[in-house]
Amino acid sequence: MVFVDEYPKTSKLIRSQFIVSFVALALGALFGIVQALHRTGTLRIISSADYYTILTGHGVLLALVFTTFFIAGLFAWAVSNSLERELPQRVSWSAFWLMLFGTVLAAVAIIGGLIGAPSILGHDLKADVLFTFYAPMKAHPAFYVGAALIIVGSWLAGYAYFKSLWNWRSENPDERIPLKTFMVVTTMLMWYISTIGVAVEVVALLIPWSLGLISSVDPLLTRTLFWYFGHPVVYFWLMPAYLVWYTILPKLAGGRLFSDPLARVVFVLFLLLSTPVGFHHQYVDPGIPEGFKFIAMTNTMFLLLPSLLTAFTVVASLEHGARQNGGKGYFSWLRNLPWGEPAFAGCALAGLMFAAGGFSGMINAGMNINYLIHNTLWVPGHFHLTVGTAFALTAMAISYWLVPQITGKKLQRRSLAVVQPYVWFIGMALMSNAMHRAGLAGIPRRTAEPMYSEFSFEGVAGTVGEMRLQIAIGGTLLFVGAALFLVVMAETWLAHRGGRLQVNSVFPDPLSGPEHSPRILDNYKLWTAIALVLIVIAYGPPLAAMLADGIAVPGSPPIPV
Amino acid sequence: MQVHNFEKVWLGAAILLIVGFIATISYGTVGAGISMVDDSGGQISAEAVQNGNTGTAFDDPGVVQESEDNVVVYVVAQQFQFRPGSGDTPIRVPVDTRVTFKVTSADVVHGFAVTETNINTMVIPGQVAEVTAVFDETGTYGLVCHEYCGAAHHTMGGSVEVVPQDQYEPQEVSN
Ligand code: HEM
Ligand SMILES: [Cu+2]
Ligand SMILES: [Cu+2]
Repeated sequence: MVFVDEYPKTSKLIRSQFIVSFVALALGALFGIVQALHRTGTLRIISSADYYTILTGHGVLLALVFTTFFIAGLFAWAVSNSLERELPQRVSWSAFWLMLFGTVLAAVAIIGGLIGAPSILGHDLKADVLFTFYAPMKAHPAFYVGAALIIVGSWLAGYAYFKSLWNWRSENPDERIPLKTFMVVTTMLMWYISTIGVAVEVVALLIPWSLGLISSVDPLLTRTLFWYFGHPVVYFWLMPAYLVWYTILPKLAGGRLFSDPLARVVFVLFLLLSTPVGFHHQYVDPGIPEGFKFIAMTNTMFLLLPSLLTAFTVVASLEHGARQNGGKGYFSWLRNLPWGEPAFAGCALAGLMFAAGGFSGMINAGMNINYLIHNTLWVPGHFHLTVGTAFALTAMAISYWLVPQITGKKLQRRSLAVVQPYVWFIGMALMSNAMHRAGLAGIPRRTAEPMYSEFSFEGVAGTVGEMRLQIAIGGTLLFVGAALFLVVMAETWLAHRGGRLQVNSVFPDPLSGPEHSPRILDNYKLWTAIALVLIVIAYGPPLAAMLADGIAVPGSPPIPV
Repeated sequence: MQVHNFEKVWLGAAILLIVGFIATISYGTVGAGISMVDDSGGQISAEAVQNGNTGTAFDDPGVVQESEDNVVVYVVAQQFQFRPGSGDTPIRVPVDTRVTFKVTSADVVHGFAVTETNINTMVIPGQVAEVTAVFDETGTYGLVCHEYCGAAHHTMGGSVEVVPQDQYEPQEVSN
């Protein structure tokens, strides 16, 4: 039976979450191409001062809204599919409306800046502060309130998964937690722990400060609280992609998961290690002793471990699938994978690009080599491979498989869906490799026109002109890729029900099943406690030092931008 | 728990790689002595920097010969210029000499990076960033604010002129 018929209420919830997420993707991709063309001097339809408003919109809509809503939908499916029940409705819908309201508030604040909106509540309606919103740059309070509501909404959404798990547990006291739910729950625990930082920053400091209730904030403290959340958030994007790669991708490849226990170990490692690493975004911040940076660096390097293990298990599962399909030889089995299946091809290409992103990430993590690339175009080059491809392309690809099941409608425009992942892949290969090289040449990120009156940049490999061209072409292809995806989704959504769906939603058992994994893995209390201890070690002393002289010292008054 | 042999080998190799990374970086910081940006610059009031009443060299920022072999460059970053550094007041320092940059902000967070070098630091209001370098080639280097700091962020650049030692004049204070 199809998911939508089995769980009609949860399907409706997922559909609503996906619609918001796809609208955010559409707008975000539009802003993306505007930026790519503007900063390369290819086509300029906005003023350079407006570039930052567009960039704020791009960052917030894609990195925050598209991801969070899509993840909420994916997790709702994963929990309800693996625990075989509808999600609790009241709390799930409250979460949805809260997140949507927050999104609208933040979006209004951002767009206000673009159209020169009047002052509201005594503050100019604008938010050109980028999605990292560092104080003492100040946005309209609506922006901060909106951001806070999106996060609080996501907490509430998580509560629905926990409630489902408790209900299931009371009916199945002795069974192992199904893998998909296990992954959702570990991810959400990580999310709860890591969002505390940004919640304190926004609710306790930035909202009162932007309303004028407190006169100054300590920029280094707010920055530290932001990055306490700013790195784990990338795992909040990545772990859902891993959920897809572990639980759905092997089956799309024609096989089954290689090892269920190892998948659990990987997720527990993420829970433990994701948060105490934020100082690696502050390697070149003054005011933080080197020792704290070193501890964060060590943790960061160990965080490579779960990703390296994932590479092994996922590739092994794919190889198993390919051999089931008649694949032979050391590498020629790769040809026996279903490269013409959009869901499979998208996830596999996303995984491949993630490997490249992993390598540039190792450079970022290197405490001393980081000096070469900090805040250069290398950085967006890196994260368009991770969140912009590993997550975004996986989300799009798995929608080709999931949306028919939550709508009961057959995938339309299949031929467009088949080429879409390849268009994204090529576009990203061009844009991101040029961004990486431009970064090595010292060209900064987040700038409308990296041309100064005093000097010019020179490329290390290739000329600056050639890099610009690649970024422009790559960005355009990415936009086309997003548009193709949205056309397929829109037509599928609007199609009539009927006919065979052509998706198979039965999951084969893993080669090594959950019965081989030690029970202690399901002990969330233990893992959460260890995670908190690690955070206290990494963050306790530096935060205590920053707070020793008062929360607003050394302080800075707000500066509207 | 069942762990396949290949998995064990992979796990071992992964841990070896990670420990190797940590070791090379530890060597870089301890052995080769690559110094990091840290808290050595101390704190300062951003408002005092803005009003020019800190009672330190930041009130009249510029290049100062603090000792025989150490040139110190005090720089104030503010929307949208470096003082000195931007426009017609480039930072002028001697070649083959220890140069310490002390940089702070009068308003928001800025960046401070010198092109073709690994001089790269954030400039955070309330904090003094301190980086030390020795330029071994004369010439003009670019100076970039690489942290978004407001609507005209993309105009916030400057230059560092490295001159032969005999052409360098200390106490060149600019505003
Ligand atoms: C149509 C596809 C896309 C294009 C053409 C595109 C292009 C760009 C460009 C040119 C920048 C600005 C670089 C700079 O000036 O610093 C940027 C920044 C960024 N992009 Fe994208 N991008 C796309 C898709 C995505 C996706 C799918 C995500 C995440 C899910 C994403 C997340 C970001 C983020 C977080 C930033 C940084 C914003 C900031 O620095 O505040 N982008 N993108
Ligand atoms: Cu600046
Ligand atoms: Cu700037």
